[in-house]
Amino acid sequence: MLRRRLARQWPLYAMLLLPIIYYVIFCYWPMYGLNIAFKKNIIKNEWVGLYNFIKFLSDPYFYKLLRNTLLLNVYSLAFSFPAPIALALMFNELKNLRFKRVIQSITYLPHFISTVVVCGMVVNFLSNDGFVNQVLASLGFERIQFLMQPGFFRPIYIISGIWQNVGWSSIIYLAAISGVDEELYEAATIDGAGRLRKVLSITLPCIAPTVSIMLIMAIGGIMSVGAEKVLLLYNGATYETADVISTFVYRRGMQGADYSYASAVGMFQSVVGLLFLYAANRFSAKISGSSLW
Amino acid sequence: MRIRPNRRSGPKNFPSQAFDVFNVAFMVFLAFVTFYPFYFIAVTSLSDGKAVMAGQVSLFPVKFTLASYGLVLRDPNILRSYLNTLLYTTLGTIINLGMTLLCAYPLSRPGLEGKKWIMGFIVFTMFFSGGMIPTFLVVNSLKMVNTIWAMVIPGALSTYNMIVTRSFFQSLPEALHESAEIDGAGEMKILTRIFLPLSMPIIATMTLFYAVGHWNSYMNALLYLNDKKYYPIQSILRNMVVQGQMGSATMDAGGGSDFLAIDTTIKYAVIMVATLPIMLVYPFVQRYFVKGVMIGSIKG
Repeated sequence: MLRRRLARQWPLYAMLLLPIIYYVIFCYWPMYGLNIAFKKNIIKNEWVGLYNFIKFLSDPYFYKLLRNTLLLNVYSLAFSFPAPIALALMFNELKNLRFKRVIQSITYLPHFISTVVVCGMVVNFLSNDGFVNQVLASLGFERIQFLMQPGFFRPIYIISGIWQNVGWSSIIYLAAISGVDEELYEAATIDGAGRLRKVLSITLPCIAPTVSIMLIMAIGGIMSVGAEKVLLLYNGATYETADVISTFVYRRGMQGADYSYASAVGMFQSVVGLLFLYAANRFSAKISGSSLW
Repeated sequence: MRIRPNRRSGPKNFPSQAFDVFNVAFMVFLAFVTFYPFYFIAVTSLSDGKAVMAGQVSLFPVKFTLASYGLVLRDPNILRSYLNTLLYTTLGTIINLGMTLLCAYPLSRPGLEGKKWIMGFIVFTMFFSGGMIPTFLVVNSLKMVNTIWAMVIPGALSTYNMIVTRSFFQSLPEALHESAEIDGAGEMKILTRIFLPLSMPIIATMTLFYAVGHWNSYMNALLYLNDKKYYPIQSILRNMVVQGQMGSATMDAGGGSDFLAIDTTIKYAVIMVATLPIMLVYPFVQRYFVKGVMIGSIKG
């Protein structure tokens, strides 16, 4: 029986062959490759156990990396996460649909601009003779070296991130809002509920499952900040606040060719991240019943 | 996005109307803040370098000139990187689409033996990965470093996009497959002759997602390429615009204060050249992007 079905389904398995090979080579082989994290280095094939992990965890710089990584994510949870929800609610209150569509199209646009261009804009607008400093100077203020001061890194990173993604991220919440049963609003209107009351008592509870799924994913990612954007915005002067685990991995691994140590650091990040994701998912499943798997 | 009239506004009262005014004003502000940087880049790139340095450019080009575009388009490095990006985007997107369809179609078939295991095998990679260094070592040991394959093969398949495509296939009526099967069509024929023509919206969406991804990607180039002749435009942009290194065009432009003055307009002209294709196509294809997110969010 099973054999007959397998025989009939062979074309489907044949189609899956290339994708499976892809996953084996580019996803599972690197996972296997993580074994170098437990070795001395790539040439000396000598097992050193948890040596690289202990070395990383006992390095004072580890705390700085961990703090920077976590803080960037905490700020992004506090600001970047609620922003698209608020925006979606505001979009939903717009009455002129043409106006709404135009504004939506404009706010989605930056999502499709490359990180390099966005960071290029940031770097040039904030440079010493850039747009922002020209405005400051013309108003009689001192010019500020935004990109050279560690204190400005996190706001720059978070604000440019919101600028780029707030519109696009609001789509998923708009989709959830459009799924809310219209009758609920009609019933509430008859009961004399105002607009704010309806948002608080109908819209928000109805989109809560979507919000919690997005929140689980955000918390699952709390241990990692992508290297891509930080590499473009940081410099030696701002490592104090800007250097995160992934950029450290890049410098040690790709520039320093210290593959074993860099792999150990990267693995530490992904394992702890996975634990966070698992915990957040368990928590959400208990509290609200929505879960990723 | 489906549009329906907003029938929820209750009786008119002052706070409600005040909010409407505020909301519209906020939206106008938001649109301005979103769009102005692009506009500023455009007018600056069309202005005279000295006027830019003096901070005279804000709303309109000052002493309109195409000089910086002339320099950018004559720079052999920029031109080559532009062609590289076109090649990586075209080839990469074709590979992406093929792989996505080959993976999504079988997994959308009900009753595929072992489907749960295969899905688990695939979805696990969304939550855990070997990371930057082990992946680099794999690409390196496959001798892909400094070849165009490093730009198109390591990201050949996006699990998220595959799952979205699979949900779309699952939403097509099962009767289509049954009747084709009765007519004696094999799976490959059913996929290419029956499912694909019906899947144009999702294929358009996936093409756009993948193509924009390739066009904008710089990390793969940073990790896997060190020979300048393979650089995509984003790598050149990073060197010129973010790190402020001069391209050969700026070198030819001369030294001294002219050299600095022309620099900003050149940077902005490169940004324009690299971004214009997306900006021009965007208004026409925007709805496909949105559709992709909607299908993805329904699956959840």
